[in-house]
Amino acid sequence: MAAPATATPAARAKRRPPEPQGVPVVELRGVSKVYDGGSVGLDRASLKVGRGEFVFLVGPTGCGKSTCIRLLLKELEASQGEILIAGRDLTEIPRSRVPYLRRNIGTVFQDFKLLPNRTVYDNVAYSLQVIGEPRAAIRRKVPDILRLVGLSTKLHNYPDELSGGEQQRVSIARAFVNHPPLVLADEPTGNLDPETSIGIMQLIYRINRTGTTVVVATHDREMVDKMRRRVIELREGRIVRDELSGLYRSDESTSEFAIRLRGELGVGPEGSPN
Amino acid sequence: MRGLSRSSAPALAATLTVVLTALVLGVFIPIVQATTGTANEVRGRVVIDVFVKDSATLEEKSRLRTALNETANVRSVEVISKTEALRRAQEKNPAAFREGSELLGKNPLPASYRVTPDDPDRLGQIVDRLAPAGEPQLAGIDEVRNREEDTDKILSATGLVKALTAGLALLLVFASVALIANTIRLSIFARRREVEVMKLVGATNWFIRWPFVIEGVIVGFMGGVLSVLLLTIAKETFIDPLSDRFALLAAPETIDFPLLVIILLTACVAVSAAGSGITLRRFLRV
Repeated sequence: MAAPATATPAARAKRRPPEPQGVPVVELRGVSKVYDGGSVGLDRASLKVGRGEFVFLVGPTGCGKSTCIRLLLKELEASQGEILIAGRDLTEIPRSRVPYLRRNIGTVFQDFKLLPNRTVYDNVAYSLQVIGEPRAAIRRKVPDILRLVGLSTKLHNYPDELSGGEQQRVSIARAFVNHPPLVLADEPTGNLDPETSIGIMQLIYRINRTGTTVVVATHDREMVDKMRRRVIELREGRIVRDELSGLYRSDESTSEFAIRLRGELGVGPEGSPN
Repeated sequence: MRGLSRSSAPALAATLTVVLTALVLGVFIPIVQATTGTANEVRGRVVIDVFVKDSATLEEKSRLRTALNETANVRSVEVISKTEALRRAQEKNPAAFREGSELLGKNPLPASYRVTPDDPDRLGQIVDRLAPAGEPQLAGIDEVRNREEDTDKILSATGLVKALTAGLALLLVFASVALIANTIRLSIFARRREVEVMKLVGATNWFIRWPFVIEGVIVGFMGGVLSVLLLTIAKETFIDPLSDRFALLAAPETIDFPLLVIILLTACVAVSAAGSGITLRRFLRV
């Protein structure tokens, strides 16, 4: 079970990801982030994520995964180095343009970050209202995306009336409703049981299959190893591993993938993610 | 509106705060005005007497009159002739003067000009102009007197009253703004997560802000209307029947009620809307 994670140096060299074609969607060049208190979030990290890739950021708590995600959202500023999204240096984006950057990045978080006083429908609609989508389009798109995530019956429920998995589905729907080219997920399954986690991962994988670049930060090693996608491991802010983990069966459909994942994980008490 | 109905407790708290502060202000503004009005009226009694020599010629008198009119800070000059002076003195103290003038056989009182200053605080200037160091500048002036003791007392007493009420008013306005701002701050603080989420999905600052500002306007307006309503009731039932008997209540210099209402309403709406908008700034920096 631990085999893919502890690859030999030779195997690691062989499994280096190929240079992405064209302009990478995400590129970090020697990025460091030192917090005000002096703790290091990220230490000279460099990486490239090509269009349509599915990347896992893994590592123990405090290794810099969330820092990385927040840097990409320009929620934090890098202390050093360059962060490029679709070839654009984030430091060149003025504060007033940050919302426009974020409209092109879908985000999913461990704590869902839904608006508690709005219905499922309104939560998803909000990210369309923000970009000035006409009302008619919103009325069409929101039920569509909610059907896609399997919540078509819960349109008018409030977040606190939903289970964790359902809330996370809402947040995925919100992240993807305007089809951003990049989706960032910070511990999307951190609060969920294994069975639900698989459903969520399946959904994120499905989004990836539409050509969207997906970066998932997680410490759910088991899930990562079974998914066999590119894995970037962080330790104390440094990138210590970057490899294509496992086989990539590009013709695998989402349902096949879920079946394989369920079988391999052996969902049950022993499949606890933490 | 949705925000208001869903987070009704903080909104209610904010509205109540607005009501209370507006009520206090609404009561206090007329009181301050009546007090300063009375103080000013008292200060209006501060005058300078310029006594004319009995030996002064007509020409000297008219020159003095012109000079007085041309002096800065002089509002009006009242001429008190010798006869008039005697008549006033007799009015004040009939017994003494009847006997006194009879005894002397002639009117002992000089003619004088009573000068009312524009600004009582700068009374000294006029005195200094007419008689620096007690030496009259113009022929014909016998003496310039400003009834120093009275004047000083009036000026210091009314000055104190005015300063006190001004200080209180300032304090009250400050306290009201701080109180309203703080309540709004709390109600927004309760919703900071919401703001954070809105920022994450790419809402611009104004897109997030305007519902809060509108909410602030509604809260301010409702609070203002409610307090005005209470003030009107209080005015109709308590103040108006009593105003015949108490001069302070009927002081003509107090603000008109409709104007007071307009000022209160605008202040409530402005403070609570601006408060919402400004407080939000802190949470928008994500």
